[in-house]
Amino acid sequence: MKALVPVKRVIDYNVKPRVKSDGSGVDLANVKMSMNPFDEISVEEAIRLKEAGKIEEIIAVSVGPAKAQETLRTALAMGADRAILIETDETVEPLAVAKLLQKVAEEEQPGLIILGKQAIDDDANQTGQMLAALMDRPQGTFANTVELDSDSVTVKREIDGGLETVKLQLPAIITTDLRLNEPRYASLPNIMKAKKKPLDTKTPADYGVNIAPRLTTTNVSEPPVRQAGEKVEDVDALVTKLKALGIA
Amino acid sequence: MKTLVLVEHDNASMNDATLAAVTAASQIGEVHLLVAGENCAAVGEQAAKVAGVGKVHVADDAAYGHMLPEAVAALVVDLMGHHDAFIAPATTNGKNIAPRVAALLDVMQISDILSVEGDKTFTRPIYAGNAIATVQSGDEKLVITVRGTAFDKAETEGGSGEIEAVSGGTGNGLSEFVSQDLAKSDRPELTSASVIVSGGRAFGSKESFHELLDPLADKLDAGVGASRAAVDAGYAPNDYQVGQTGKIVAPECYMAIGISGAIQHLAGMKDSKTIVAINKDEDAPIFQIADIGLVGDLFKIVPELTEKL
Ligand SMILES: Cc1cc2nc3c(=O)[nH]c(=O)nc-3n(C[C@H](O)[C@H](O)[C@H](O)COP(=O)(O)OP(=O)(O)OC[C@H]3O[C@@H](n4cnc5c(N)ncnc54)[C@H](O)[C@@H]3O)c2cc1C
Ligand SMILES: Cc1cc2nc3c(=O)[nH]c(=O)nc-3n(C[C@H](O)[C@H](O)[C@H](O)COP(=O)(O)OP(=O)(O)OC[C@H]3O[C@@H](n4cnc5c(N)ncnc54)[C@H](O)[C@@H]3O)c2cc1C
Repeated sequence: MKALVPVKRVIDYNVKPRVKSDGSGVDLANVKMSMNPFDEISVEEAIRLKEAGKIEEIIAVSVGPAKAQETLRTALAMGADRAILIETDETVEPLAVAKLLQKVAEEEQPGLIILGKQAIDDDANQTGQMLAALMDRPQGTFANTVELDSDSVTVKREIDGGLETVKLQLPAIITTDLRLNEPRYASLPNIMKAKKKPLDTKTPADYGVNIAPRLTTTNVSEPPVRQAGEKVEDVDALVTKLKALGIA
Repeated sequence: MKTLVLVEHDNASMNDATLAAVTAASQIGEVHLLVAGENCAAVGEQAAKVAGVGKVHVADDAAYGHMLPEAVAALVVDLMGHHDAFIAPATTNGKNIAPRVAALLDVMQISDILSVEGDKTFTRPIYAGNAIATVQSGDEKLVITVRGTAFDKAETEGGSGEIEAVSGGTGNGLSEFVSQDLAKSDRPELTSASVIVSGGRAFGSKESFHELLDPLADKLDAGVGASRAAVDAGYAPNDYQVGQTGKIVAPECYMAIGISGAIQHLAGMKDSKTIVAINKDEDAPIFQIADIGLVGDLFKIVPELTEKL
């Protein structure tokens, strides 16, 4: 069985994003970029399934600029077998990403597609669900535990009130949550080896998908800034304050 | 414009998260509700009383009993022939179902809206709330999820919606519900609590997390939250996590105890009315946004605070 793992290049989670003063977006020039943390979890899960003998090949795919190659190389260094870059400098919304991934899935016929639950830049939390809908396949979002069998996968999901378990027929789409696993770091020898692993470059046009955005972003602004208040000396002072505010 | 709002419920009663979505919907157009579930007639009756609602569509079918997205999305798509916008609260259910609906309608969803700015124009947070984007949809129909903390809750009384039984698609039958493990708690739910006490990595163990925070929460009738670090370490269950990738809360008062204030955590609580921070490091970033700060050791402060309240 093959696993397809879509990975996105995003601003590093340690960087505090700065809004451009002209309101056109977030300043990404000279900012550290990394693999979306949820996608590291996806890659890790695929590798563990391969190590357990349940998956034969892991294909990482990214939609984005030429630099997204670096993100794919990271996936290869972690343990993915080959990679596909669908190169574009345009803004690609989740619906268009899902349409492209659908085409890749038609070619590759993976049993399992593992995405992140959300990308930490646009926080859309859509792509996996959209892909599942377009393919008319079942989805297991916000996965906390994944158990793969030959024709089904059982997914324990993180939901508002606790956990829910669903069983899905393969092929199925999974989106990862934080507790699924702790991703490994790529070792230096593996980083070197990854340079020789196959990486195909395609364009959205190769797949015949129209990626024109449906949404127009008319402005991007800073949220209201919160000012620091005051520090109190001791618990008594805190209690007085809380009482004054009617909280206690 | 006619909207269809997904009612969040457990087949017995309606969840509060629905009410903020109703308010958002009322700013977009006529408000119709969808109750999809199994033996959920009582929810339909509750929903019909919500102020300002028109029709309440009730789809009562075993296929919708556990809100499987494959089934509910198929139903919604059928109903969207007569509606212009599908609106869901940004709960885990809403997030699971709405994008599936959007893709089937070939619509680009707008996630987690903060405000309605005009015809098909909305604001939404991006980059963990460090930027607010104003976006306009060019699609014919709208699919939207609503951030619960950004809209007032609609009144639960005063409405007289017309209940109508509906049916529709039930999905591809490729998924099945197996089990559920819901935390039982008498405490207020995080997304509707007016006070939240939240603990971080500093508690060091599950035992001290509960021994220290539970009595404080009892005193304040508060909900209990946690940072990701505390959840990852097993001090608290996953649905306690507040933040960019957990729950978004905005209570009257949020107490962050032994939490450093990483941007991912702030993203989930910085719209709280009053923020109290207790941390032994006077330079912890949480103090930059706290209204009231107390520097010191939580193991001493929390018991003393509980006693003196
Ligand atoms: C209103 C709006 C404004 C935007 N503005 C900009 C902008 O100024 N600059 C800019 O560069 N982009 C912009 N984009 C594009 C945006 O950053 C994302 O590429 C796109 O919206 C996908 O959203 P997401 O990553 O949050 O999706 P999510 O649904 O949160 O992503 C979930 C998962 O889907 C997969 N995935 C998502 N995208 C990709 C991808 N490209 N390749 C491979 N896998 C993927 C990953 O597994 C990821 O974990 C904008 C998008 C929107 C909707
Ligand atoms: C993709 C991604 C998503 C994430 N999503 C979230 C999210 O949704 N929510 C979230 O919270 N985090 C999230 N994080 C994690 C986030 O980056 C931080 O790692 C996390 O919030 C830190 O938790 P903490 O403040 O409890 O721990 P720490 O950062 O370790 O802080 C502990 C604090 O306790 C203080 N302390 C220690 N001992 C005492 C004592 N005895 N008395 C008083 N104070 C003491 C310390 O001074 C310190 O400030 C995410 C990270 C990633 C990569």
